Amino acid sequence: MKNENKAAKKKLAPLTKKSFITYAMVLIAFAVMQILSSGGYISSMLTGLLVPLCVYSILAVSLNLTVGILGELSLGQAGFMCVGAYTSAVFSQLTSETITQPLIRFPLAIIIGGIFAAIFGILIGIPVLRLNGDYLAIVTLAFGEIIKNVFAAMYVGYDSKGVHISLKSLSNLNLENDGTLLLNGPQGISGTPNDSTFLIGAIMLMLTLIIAYNFINSRTGRAVMSIRDNVIAAQSVGLNITKYKLITFALTAFIAGTAGALYSHNFYTLQASKFDYNLSILILVFVVLGGIGNIRGSVIAAVVLVLLPEMLRGISSYRMLIYAVILIVMMIITSNEKSKAFIEANTQKFKALFKRGKTAEAKEAE
Amino acid sequence: MKSIKKILALTVAAALSVSCFAGCGKKAKGDTIVIGSSGPLTGDNAQYGVAVKNAAELAVKKVNDDGGINGIKLSLVFEDDEADPGDKAVNAYNALKDNGMQVMMGTVTTGSCLAVIEKTKQDGIFQMTPSASAQDVIKNDNCFQVCFTDPNQGKGSADYIADNNIAKKIAVIYDSSDAYSSGIYNMFKKEAEAKGLDIVAEQSFTKDSKTDFSAQINAAKSAGAELMFLPIYYQQASLILTQSKSLGFSPKFFGCDGLDGLLNIKNFDTSLAEGVMLLTPFAADAQDQETQDFVKAYKDAYGEIPNQFAADTYDGIMVLAELMKKEKITNEMEASEICEKLKKAITDPDFSYNGLTGSNMKWSEDGAVSKDPKAVIIKDGAYSAL
Repeated sequence: MKNENKAAKKKLAPLTKKSFITYAMVLIAFAVMQILSSGGYISSMLTGLLVPLCVYSILAVSLNLTVGILGELSLGQAGFMCVGAYTSAVFSQLTSETITQPLIRFPLAIIIGGIFAAIFGILIGIPVLRLNGDYLAIVTLAFGEIIKNVFAAMYVGYDSKGVHISLKSLSNLNLENDGTLLLNGPQGISGTPNDSTFLIGAIMLMLTLIIAYNFINSRTGRAVMSIRDNVIAAQSVGLNITKYKLITFALTAFIAGTAGALYSHNFYTLQASKFDYNLSILILVFVVLGGIGNIRGSVIAAVVLVLLPEMLRGISSYRMLIYAVILIVMMIITSNEKSKAFIEANTQKFKALFKRGKTAEAKEAE
Repeated sequence: MKSIKKILALTVAAALSVSCFAGCGKKAKGDTIVIGSSGPLTGDNAQYGVAVKNAAELAVKKVNDDGGINGIKLSLVFEDDEADPGDKAVNAYNALKDNGMQVMMGTVTTGSCLAVIEKTKQDGIFQMTPSASAQDVIKNDNCFQVCFTDPNQGKGSADYIADNNIAKKIAVIYDSSDAYSSGIYNMFKKEAEAKGLDIVAEQSFTKDSKTDFSAQINAAKSAGAELMFLPIYYQQASLILTQSKSLGFSPKFFGCDGLDGLLNIKNFDTSLAEGVMLLTPFAADAQDQETQDFVKAYKDAYGEIPNQFAADTYDGIMVLAELMKKEKITNEMEASEICEKLKKAITDPDFSYNGLTGSNMKWSEDGAVSKDPKAVIIKDGAYSAL
């Protein structure tokens, strides 16, 4: 009996242990940065990067759910982020007078951004997830571009007569003099209250991680992974393929939307041109470099790849060149069999250092 | 023993990684006045950023050679913002701050500028942008423009066309996905209506469909336009000129400073550009001494003919230097103190500056520059004043 219990405990341990190590890493990183910044020991550059680091980490985790767990390639993550960013920014501007307390307004804005992004996720997911293969990648790519262009062409304002929307020009809006302009076409939206803080970003990252790990560990998550590994087998045991795919896709879009909200409330202005194809690819790079299906890896890769170009500012003109070279080298090292084996052997050695200590201590205790 | 070693190793590792992040929080002031600037040095818009960087270096060198600011030298720090309208622009700004920036000469593009104006306001840093032309850029009281505001260009163009009786029936082709183009167009339309000009066709295109303009040109042709107003960049304008010719439509063409560069396009038949009128603050082949000196110095240093971005930047740094001399700014001063003094000095009604991009330049409290727009016409493959 005793042995069986022990075995059961050990069987459960790896995934839970993995998730707890990740939580601990985020908490420690948060505590260290918080202490350093309150003491004024870090540069304004790094202080400015804290919230974007959280944003990109959350995005990487969310995309990893689609790419790593669901096994579908999505190239439109920036589009979902854009929807979340715009809707939450508009919400905050509209309610900035009625809800003056940012601690109430901002969570609401985040949730609204997430919900709108999830709605878009479901809308494009319904037709596309029924298909196989690369269709999802192509449609999400197109979706991201469409969203960017629609927001860039949109003029929205309100006055005493109600809401005005135009897709043509500012003068076609016919706004009264007392009116307020919300979206100014290609110039985007400005005057969003700066509610994002590192604390809120870190809390959101923690929540995202908890959601991601528990999702993977849940009944739904196991069903999704079985679909990824073998669709026919999954169908044969009676799983509703479209339903599970849609759930994952909506969850991914929701998290990306909340990241968009965090992003838009960190800057004074927001322009649709930011959410282009390159941003979607950047997020995909985080996922691939961190390891497809590896949640902790995504966070680490996002942090490293966002910090890297800024830390390389010292070499000015060669910055982007070196950044690209480092990226290529990292990709080769993490995918090459030999280098993998080398890293594996060294981590084993490193782990053994600790284990030996532990067994010795255990023996002493006995 | 072993556990002590382990703990020691961990502490050292932690301390090392912390020291990686912890740079010096505040930099001691150096013995120069630091001007910070940011713009795209990589990416699609790199040519603008490089022009600004070169001109700023040239101007700072000139000021220092002439004795600096009452003996104190200027120094320039330039960071790459990739023309990003979000976090990268802010990163570049923060990097400038870490380098001890006391006055900001930037940013180059409108999107990046909108992302940092609230930061300079919070930090109390005097900001002057050479080329970010949107109206929103100067809404804070610490930010000033060297270039024309987009709406001013629209207004100036409409006024010029109406006052000189160039045409009555006007067609417009503009880029609806671009802040610069739609900014000019929105104001042009308003002013044209006020001046009694008749806009017979309004046609637009977007960033993703900017190669075939035959639909827009045909619409203008069938509406009987006498003049085509092009508040766009020169790359698209060259296509419109070529395609108009092949469609047998030859109205007058009128554009803004975005058309500067039309004559330097490879494989473009410049005879098509004959008679094109444009409002531009700077023409590299102008005959006055200052322009010629600047063009020569720029060409010697960088091997290229400077464009309007470079000229605006050069003027901006020279204006800053003159104001600093007047206000006796020193390297010891805090950025916010410098900001207050410069703000007062630049809006002083007695202050005016004769530069490359206009004579008698003055600034009002709203941050916009007032200088006379120069209208030029392309004649025999070169600009000549109208």
